[in-house]
Amino acid sequence: MATYTLISSNVLASSAASVTFSAIPATYTDLVLRVSARGDNTSLLLEMTLNSATSTYSNTLLLGDGATASSTRNTGQAYLRAGYVNPSGSTASTFSSGEIYIPNYTSTTDKPMSSLGMTENNATTAYIANYANLWQTSSAITSISLQVTGQNFVTGSSFYLYGISNA
Amino acid sequence: MADTPTKVVVNCTTGVTEVLPLTAQEIADMETARVAAEDQKAAAEAAAVVVAAAKESANAKLTALGLTAEEIAALSK
Repeated sequence: MATYTLISSNVLASSAASVTFSAIPATYTDLVLRVSARGDNTSLLLEMTLNSATSTYSNTLLLGDGATASSTRNTGQAYLRAGYVNPSGSTASTFSSGEIYIPNYTSTTDKPMSSLGMTENNATTAYIANYANLWQTSSAITSISLQVTGQNFVTGSSFYLYGISNA
Repeated sequence: MADTPTKVVVNCTTGVTEVLPLTAQEIADMETARVAAEDQKAAAEAAAVVVAAAKESANAKLTALGLTAEEIAALSK
């Protein structure tokens, strides 16, 4: 039976351009990162880098905006796409919700992972972005960094990293 | 003058959380990414306007040819 253990968390007391979980212990089988966030500008994209690497990422996106559905494929990326967050124009005091699931993060083979991010907006369009991600590497994952393209996470954005045993 | 942007680093082994100022290079990279994202958004919005105008024009021409609204809608299904 899978057991979830909270490794670390952070709820921003002031705005920050990025949040990094470093020195992640290699004692679990999988990692789960829960994110509730909002940016201070117009961009939606939650970017994720692993071990500070800036290459060999790729992804496929399934995106819904309440009216249409679309799909996009990106290869040779400098970062993973980990979902969407609320931009500054969304309803006041609302935050996105999302989850990134990283199986076998200590393995010596390529790292497929999934991520899901949903914006909340009580006035106009909201999004659900579901990514199938791949990082081509033989390295175990020891750090995870998150940022929103060219902007800050606002105060109150929260990040919870869980380790899963016996997944 | 605006405060220097910061980054948060959580050490999962020690439990220590640090709030660090971004370097000049990181600030420059962040600004470059912000401008690129806004340009991309503006381009997407402009493209959407062009598509909407083309759709409206096409519907008007089909209507002028005598198609009903139901027949026009059926073309895109």
